[in-house]
Amino acid sequence: MSQAGTIDIKHLHKQYEVKGKPLKVLDNINLSIKPGEFVSIVGSSGCGKSTLLRLLIGLESGYEGQLLLDGQPIKGTSLDRGIVFQDHRLFPWLTVEQNVGLGLLNAPGTQAAKDKTVQEHIALVGLKGFEKAYPYQLSGGMSQRAAIARALVNRPEVLLLDEPFGALDALTRTRLQQELQRIWQAEGITAVLVTHDVEEAVYLGDRIVIMEPRPGRIKRIVEVSLARPRDRASIDFTAVKDDVLAEFRHEINHATVAERLERANPLAA
Amino acid sequence: MSNDTPNHHPATKKDKPARDWRGLVLPIAFITLWYVVTSLKLVNTKLIVPPVGVLTTSFQELGNVDFYTGIGLSLWRDLSGFLIGSLAGIAVGVLIGVSRLADKIIGPTFHTARQISLFAWLPLLSAMVGTGDLSKIIFIAFSAFYPVVLGTLEGVRGVTSAHAEVARVYGFTKTQILTRLILPAASPQILSGVRLGLIYAWLATIGAEFLLVNDGQGLGNIVFKGRMAFNIELIIFGLVAIGLIGNAFNRIADKAEQGLLRWRAPAR
Repeated sequence: MSQAGTIDIKHLHKQYEVKGKPLKVLDNINLSIKPGEFVSIVGSSGCGKSTLLRLLIGLESGYEGQLLLDGQPIKGTSLDRGIVFQDHRLFPWLTVEQNVGLGLLNAPGTQAAKDKTVQEHIALVGLKGFEKAYPYQLSGGMSQRAAIARALVNRPEVLLLDEPFGALDALTRTRLQQELQRIWQAEGITAVLVTHDVEEAVYLGDRIVIMEPRPGRIKRIVEVSLARPRDRASIDFTAVKDDVLAEFRHEINHATVAERLERANPLAA
Repeated sequence: MSNDTPNHHPATKKDKPARDWRGLVLPIAFITLWYVVTSLKLVNTKLIVPPVGVLTTSFQELGNVDFYTGIGLSLWRDLSGFLIGSLAGIAVGVLIGVSRLADKIIGPTFHTARQISLFAWLPLLSAMVGTGDLSKIIFIAFSAFYPVVLGTLEGVRGVTSAHAEVARVYGFTKTQILTRLILPAASPQILSGVRLGLIYAWLATIGAEFLLVNDGQGLGNIVFKGRMAFNIELIIFGLVAIGLIGNAFNRIADKAEQGLLRWRAPAR
């Protein structure tokens, strides 16, 4: 019997049709995520990491293999899974509290209880005092905080994060990574973070899933046993980071070789 | 600078800014010119009547109950036609905006029909429904209908897939998708269409009263009576009244739009 928030991915294959030809995006993905675990998925663009996340939230369908949440196959979207996209996707015509409240629109409970939960989550992400603000009045970081509150407000079992801080400046990104760690610990939720920022992956993840492209598959899984909160400047942190980065150096070299060959022989391209 | 701090917009000036009188330059210059050429008899004052005469007629009319009944009747026709036309316009715009099938079925007819000048419908309309209020209101409704459909269509097509995915994630029902996503997302363009519809409906009101002449009393009829009696003063008075009412509509629409779209970043 699995606990709430267990994700099981078994022999997952996914392909798209491109000009009538099948294009493999995900090839035999196997991954089990424990309840309350934080898993970071890193990979260069085209490795299928975002597709994997979109399958988990239920915005994409049509795959082979098994995709299970607490033993049940994932079908479509559901309030037991929350997501934060790279762009905040707040509704510009709603205030912060109304946007956060969208997460509870179709959840059971009285309006009074919902209002209370909304206020709690606005406080959780540090947006107290901005309840009545419209998105245009918020900075990028604040908008993303509001999006996190919206994703968490209905207390999902799983929080999915699709490069959530990718569009923010470095200072804001670092601060929000710390905040996200705090929130994740406070909520005890299973989290899956897709990122191309290796430092972010190491800072937040219990495990780091390294993916490689064409077709998208898992190359290696790195356990991060460092105590939290992690010190980015420590030798141990740097060692893990270098270990993960080394996996990409290889890939980059390959790309460079291919590019060089192409340049040397343009007719072959 | 970190972007985790709120955007600072220059404080919106709530205290009334000094009134800009520059818009009055042209009307005053025009009236002065009018006064000069008529008092120096540089023109035929039977056709180009002196402003004083218009003023006298205006005072007479302003003391006349018929004038106010006229305004009332015109406004009633205008607003009923506008309401029917714009509500139908929003409905049709949303329908062809969200449904590919409806677009395929209604779209071609709609886009062809709107190429026909509205005034070309009048003979048919008067032959079929007569020249009473019904045909006038139908005509006014059609005038408001077209711009509202086009605005709504533009707005509905502009709903982003990013926001539609948010709706899917939170399990929006069909009704919620309409009322909480499509209509608010499209509201700026819908309102632009409605504003145009409001202007067109007012133009159509006067046009209908003028062209579908019966014994009705409206502002258009006042102008018409002036023409029949060769009362240029009355015609000019009617024109000014029509213009001022149109202007009032515009101001009301401005206020309504500001209120409804306060979630948008102020234009700088």
